[in-house]
Amino acid sequence: MSRSRFPAPRILGSALAILLIVALGAAVWFWRGTEVAASDAPQSFRLSNGMEVLAIPDRRAPVVTHMVWYRVGAADETPGKTGLAHFLEHLMFKGTKEIAPGQFSRIVARNGGQDNAFTHYEYTGYFQVIAKDRLPLVMKMEAERMTGLQLTDAEVLPERDVVLEEQRSRVENNPMALLQAEMNAALYGDHPYGRDIIGHKQEIAALTTEDALEFYNRFYTPNNATLIVAGDISLDELRPLAEEYYGVIAQRAPTFVRDRPAIVWPEEDKRVIRRDERVNEPTWLRFYPAPDYSTAGVRRGAAFDVLAEILGGGQTSRLYRNLVVTQGVAASVGAWYEGSRLDAGKFGLYALPRVGGPLADLEQAIDAEIAALLAEGVTDEELERAKTVIAAGAVYARDSQRSMAYAYGEGLMTGLSVDDIHEWPTRIRAVTAADVADAARAVLDGSVSVTGELVRGGGA
Amino acid sequence: MIRGAPLGAFLFAVLFLATPLSAFEIERVVSPGGIEAWLVEEHTVPVIVMEVAWEGGTATDTAEKAGTANMAASLLGEGAGDLPSQAFNARLDDIAAQLSFSVDNDYFNASLKTLAEARDEAFSLFALAIAEPRFDEDAVARIRAQLGVVVARNRQSPDWLAADAWYRAALGGHPYALNRHGTPESVPRISRDDLTRYTGNVLARDNMKIAIVGPISAEELGPLLDRTFGGLPAKAVLPDIPAVEVASGAQTVVVERDFPQSVVIFGTQGIARDDPDFIPAFMMNHILGSGSFSSRLMEEVREKRGLAYSVGTSLSPLKKAAMMFGQVATRNERVGQSLAIIRSEMRRMAEESVSAEELADAKTYLTGSYPLRFTSNSSIANQLIGIQTEDLGIDYVERRNGLIEEVTQEDIARVARRLLRADDLIVAIVGRPNLSPVVEGLPETGDMKPPAEPTRQH
Repeated sequence: MSRSRFPAPRILGSALAILLIVALGAAVWFWRGTEVAASDAPQSFRLSNGMEVLAIPDRRAPVVTHMVWYRVGAADETPGKTGLAHFLEHLMFKGTKEIAPGQFSRIVARNGGQDNAFTHYEYTGYFQVIAKDRLPLVMKMEAERMTGLQLTDAEVLPERDVVLEEQRSRVENNPMALLQAEMNAALYGDHPYGRDIIGHKQEIAALTTEDALEFYNRFYTPNNATLIVAGDISLDELRPLAEEYYGVIAQRAPTFVRDRPAIVWPEEDKRVIRRDERVNEPTWLRFYPAPDYSTAGVRRGAAFDVLAEILGGGQTSRLYRNLVVTQGVAASVGAWYEGSRLDAGKFGLYALPRVGGPLADLEQAIDAEIAALLAEGVTDEELERAKTVIAAGAVYARDSQRSMAYAYGEGLMTGLSVDDIHEWPTRIRAVTAADVADAARAVLDGSVSVTGELVRGGGA
Repeated sequence: MIRGAPLGAFLFAVLFLATPLSAFEIERVVSPGGIEAWLVEEHTVPVIVMEVAWEGGTATDTAEKAGTANMAASLLGEGAGDLPSQAFNARLDDIAAQLSFSVDNDYFNASLKTLAEARDEAFSLFALAIAEPRFDEDAVARIRAQLGVVVARNRQSPDWLAADAWYRAALGGHPYALNRHGTPESVPRISRDDLTRYTGNVLARDNMKIAIVGPISAEELGPLLDRTFGGLPAKAVLPDIPAVEVASGAQTVVVERDFPQSVVIFGTQGIARDDPDFIPAFMMNHILGSGSFSSRLMEEVREKRGLAYSVGTSLSPLKKAAMMFGQVATRNERVGQSLAIIRSEMRRMAEESVSAEELADAKTYLTGSYPLRFTSNSSIANQLIGIQTEDLGIDYVERRNGLIEEVTQEDIARVARRLLRADDLIVAIVGRPNLSPVVEGLPETGDMKPPAEPTRQH
C-alpha cells in the first residue's frame, strides 16, 4: 500500500515482465487518453475561483474516481528543500480543522472507499475511489483539506521517518534507481529534473513542520488546482457539487507562475558507470534529450511515440527482432519516450545482456540499429503496426476509470488541453514515415546522450 | 474511532449502509460442445477480455526440472500452428491483441484482451497458441536464455531472496517451495519434450475455467468456445500434489546482503479457502495488517513510530497448503524493534480479539468497497476467474457481502487464537539486521555497520 507512488520510469525487475517492458513507467502510457471515433471528449469548466473541473463519464458501475490535482511538484521546490512536495503529500493525510489526525483515510475506508496520492515533478494529486453516493462526502473532505490542514511535530516527525524509509526502499535498496539518479543528474544538470522526486536524503531529514505549512499555504489554492471525477457521473451532475464544495473556497495565494532555470544540456556524451556489489547481472541504459509533448506539439509528440514503438516497443520491434531474436546478444531490450513534462522530455533505451554477455557488444549492436534506422527510415509495415498498437492502447485505457482520470490529469498538468489528449489517437494515426524519420533525427542523430552501465563491483 | 477523536461534520459518514453492487448479470454459457464459461455481456467499451485458468501450475514441477511450467507459459506466445514466433507475434500486433500466459502455484493462466472488431482473429490465434504450440528450437533457446537472466536477476532482489528463504524454511522440499522460474541448474535441463509433455497434460478441457467480459452475447460465445477450446484433449493428466503444513516452531533466517533497509517476511500456518472460518480469518487479517492505512500494524509500526513505509499481512490459501504472511521493510537497526511490535500486536489480537467498532469499520469497508472490484472489463474478468478457481459458486457475488456481515467478535477471537502464533513465526530477513528489540547504543541512521553475529547465515 503506497501513499504516494512515482510514475517516473524505473526499472522493475521481476518475472518475465522484465524482458518485455522494463523501463516503461506509468508516465509514458497513462496519458494515452481516449478514442476519438468512439467517444466524446470529456467536458470541463472553470469555477469562479479559478479551479478547473473535468468529468469523464463511465456508467458501468456505480463507482467514481475523485481526484484533485495541484500544479506543483518536485521540480518546484527551492534548493535545499528537495523532497518537500512529496513530504507534504504524506502530511495531507494528517489532521485538519475538521478531521482528527490519521482519520482521513479511515473515514474513506469506513465508507467503502480507497484513497491515496502521488507526486511527480510537475504535480501532486490526491484521489479516492468510492461508491457514487459517497462522492459528496469525499468532495467535502478534500475541499476542507485544501484550506484546513493542521500539522504538529507529533505527526510530522514520525512521517518524516516514514518518507526516509520510502527513500531507502525506492532508491538506496535499489541499485538501478541509484544508476538512474546519477544519469538524470548527468543529463539535466542543475535543473530539478536532475534530482529524484523524493529528494535528497539529507535534505528530507531536515524538513520541518514550518517548511510543509509554508509550501502548503503558497501552492494549495483553488486557482492552482484541477478537479477530475471519472465514473458514474456527468458534468451536469458534477457542476453543482463542485460549486458547493470547491467553488466557495477563496483564493489563498496568487496563481503559481513557474520560473525555472532553462535546462543546460551536456556539451558532450557522458557515461555513468555504477559498480555495486549487490548486482550480479549488468544492465545498460541510455537517455537522450527530447522535447516534451507540449513543446513538440501533439503531431511531433506522436511521432516520438511511434518511433519508440518501432524501435523498441515489443516483440516485433527492431531492437527485439535483431538483438534478441537474430543476434542473441540481448535477453531484453526496449525504447521509450517520456513526453509528459513541462520543460523537456527524454528518449530512453535499455538492454539486458544474456548471462555472461558483455555490455560493449550490446551497445555496439544498438548503435548499429540506430544508424540503420537513421539511414533507411522505417517501413510502411512497421509504421502501420506501431500505430495500430498505440491507438489500441488508447481504447484499452478506456476500460479503467482510474487510468482515464490519471491520463487527463497528467496531460492537463503538463501543458496539454483536453482536446489534445482526446485527439491523441487521431494524431497517432496521422503520423507518416517522414515524421518518424524527423523524430529519429531530432533525438538520435548527433544528439548528446548519457549512457549508463550498472555492473558488479565493490566500492559503491 | 481508534483515537477517540471528534469527527465533527464527518461523523454522519459512519451511518451509511453499504452500497449494493451494480446489477450486472453473470451468465453461465455452455457451448454446443459442452465447454462452460462465465460471461458478463458489457457494451460500454469495445474491448473483450478473456481469462482462462487450468489447474496444474508450478506445483507440477519437479526439483530436477523446476521452472518447466513457467517456461511453457513463456513459450506459448512464441509460435503456433504454421506460424513461427515472429509471424505469430506480427499477427497479434497487426490487430493489437494482447495475449499472455503465466503460472502460479496451482494454475496455468491465460489472458486475452482484444478490440471487439478483431475478435475472431484474436480468438483464432489464441486457439492456435494453446492447441498447437510449436516450441521451435530457436524459440526454446531464446526463452531459455531469457529465463537464465530472470533467474540470475531474481537472486539480487531482496524481495525475492526473502520469499525464497521463507518458503524453504516453511515448506522444505514441497513443490510449492520450488522457484517458479527455476534455478540456474534446472532451466538448462528443461527439454522440448518436457515442455510438450507439460502442455499436453495440463491444457485440457476438464480442468479449465473461463471468464469473458465485453461486447459479446451468449449466442455468439457458444460456438466461439468450441472453436477456441475444441482442439484440447478432454482430460488433463495431473500429478498428485501432497498436502503440506507450514513447519512448526520459530525460525529466523538471515540472508546477509549489503542493503541499508532490511526486507522481512514472516509467516505461519494459514487457513484453507474452504475452511468455515475463512471469512472471519479474512476480516481478522484485514484489521491486523491488510486494511491499507487503517490496519493495526500500519498504525503501530508506520503512523505512530515511523519505522516503515510498508508493513502488512496477507492470507495465501493454496490448494494443498495455507499460509499467513506478513512483510515489513525497515532500516537495519530497527528490525528487532519492528518485529517486537508486530509480535505484540499479534498477541494482543489473539488475547483480546477486536473491538466492536473495529469490526463494524471492517464490515463497512469490505462490503462497501466490493463494487470497486467490478468497474472495468478486466477487473470483472479477474473476479470471475477467481471465484471459479476458488469454487465459490456463480452466486458468490450476491452472497459475499452477507458472509462478511455475519461475522462476530467471537468469530474473530476464535480465528485469532488459532492463527496468530506470535512465538511460532518463521522469519526471513534480507539485509544486515539488528535483531535486538533494543536499539540503544546504535547510531540513529540507516547507514550503520552491521551487527556482529546474525542468528544464521544463509
